[in-house]
Amino acid sequence: MPKITYKDNQGNSKTIEVENGLSVMEGAIQNDVPGIDADCGGSMACATCHVYVEEKWLDKLPKAEDAEVDMIDMAYKPKKNSRLSCQLIVSDELEGLTVTTPEKQS
Amino acid sequence: MKKTDTVIIGAGPVGLFAVHQLGIKGLKSVVIDNLDKAGGQCIELYPDKPIYDIPAVPECTGEELTKKLLEQIKPFNTEFFLNERVEEVKQYKDNWIVKTNNNNEFLAPNIIIAGGVGSFEPRKLSVKEAEKFEGKSLFYAVRNKEQFKNKNITIFGGGDSALDWALELSKFSNINLIHRREEFRGAPHTLSEIKKLEKEGKISIKTPCQLESIEGDENIISITLKFDDGKTEKIKTDIVLSFFGLIMKLGPIAEWGLNMNKKTIEVNSENFQTNKKGIFAAGDICTYPGKLKLILSGFHEVALASVECFKRARPNEKYRFEFTTSSKNIQERLGKK
Repeated sequence: MPKITYKDNQGNSKTIEVENGLSVMEGAIQNDVPGIDADCGGSMACATCHVYVEEKWLDKLPKAEDAEVDMIDMAYKPKKNSRLSCQLIVSDELEGLTVTTPEKQS
Repeated sequence: MKKTDTVIIGAGPVGLFAVHQLGIKGLKSVVIDNLDKAGGQCIELYPDKPIYDIPAVPECTGEELTKKLLEQIKPFNTEFFLNERVEEVKQYKDNWIVKTNNNNEFLAPNIIIAGGVGSFEPRKLSVKEAEKFEGKSLFYAVRNKEQFKNKNITIFGGGDSALDWALELSKFSNINLIHRREEFRGAPHTLSEIKKLEKEGKISIKTPCQLESIEGDENIISITLKFDDGKTEKIKTDIVLSFFGLIMKLGPIAEWGLNMNKKTIEVNSENFQTNKKGIFAAGDICTYPGKLKLILSGFHEVALASVECFKRARPNEKYRFEFTTSSKNIQERLGKK
């Protein structure tokens, strides 16, 4: 199973094996990783699973669709490397992905 | 204090269907919601997006579903208390007293919490000095546009609310429109109007940039923007309007002594009662083994909760299960006979 690393804005990190096909958000929720709220449950309607993706991964991930970018407009302190973790689906290609959670989600 | 059989907290699809399930059993209810209209997440988050998993409805939007549910509960003439948030719940003998932030008080044997993920509140600006200007020169909604006449106004956001208010207020004020990227996501027609006004010098658009700080003592004097290339710009402004949508906050529900699991309320899946007798939870806000956050699950949950509500509200009557197709009583309550 691919390993995903979740860092918080204080520098603490947790690496978790997440099953292929789950989203990076689900990996966090199922393993009690703090910092990701996912209020809407993954329907791209709330922007509370917002993460910053490590720069080197930005081009390797499938591009965000318009609806995701629109939602990121609403997120707390969005940056160029912002993504919604509910839209990042874990696969072997994502082995070693590191995401950082923002200071807060809302 | 108003007496009723059940206080329903939340006017989303599950809260609305609760009115129906109680109504056909002859129970009265009132509905309280923090939003200004019924529909909950369906109306606030995805009014135009399709839903494909309502039984026997192959496709409908959040708005259509809300309209149909409101039509379905029309016979019960239920009173709605909108723009109100429940602040306090306390026990009074076998009943509950429910108080709202608008000082309405209700007495009922039953409460059904169908609050989704909590109440919707505007997403606030992230700079810490924002709070001291809130309500004075920083606003998250426009209640009375007269107060924004002949001012320098800065509007944040890239969606319909930001664009619509930029257009409207540009009729009598100077507008700066600020967005974190070049693309706006409002209606195309509104966008072209905005571009036209930009050419005429009535609206100034600044992208891609975000708020860095707000300056001022009592009132806002200026704001500083930071562009993606690192440059900053200070602009004079009297009023800041921010439209970053709504966020759901659980709010006071967490303080009512209910057994919680993260942001959800634990219920017994036989009758959807919480650890407090007479307080039920249904829809996205409840949790039990196997819970699915689907609208259809919420419908089932309130159907079962309404049976227990009946037993509590009519302790001297026997509950009789009836079908809407054949029950004269139900058809009378629905105004069909």
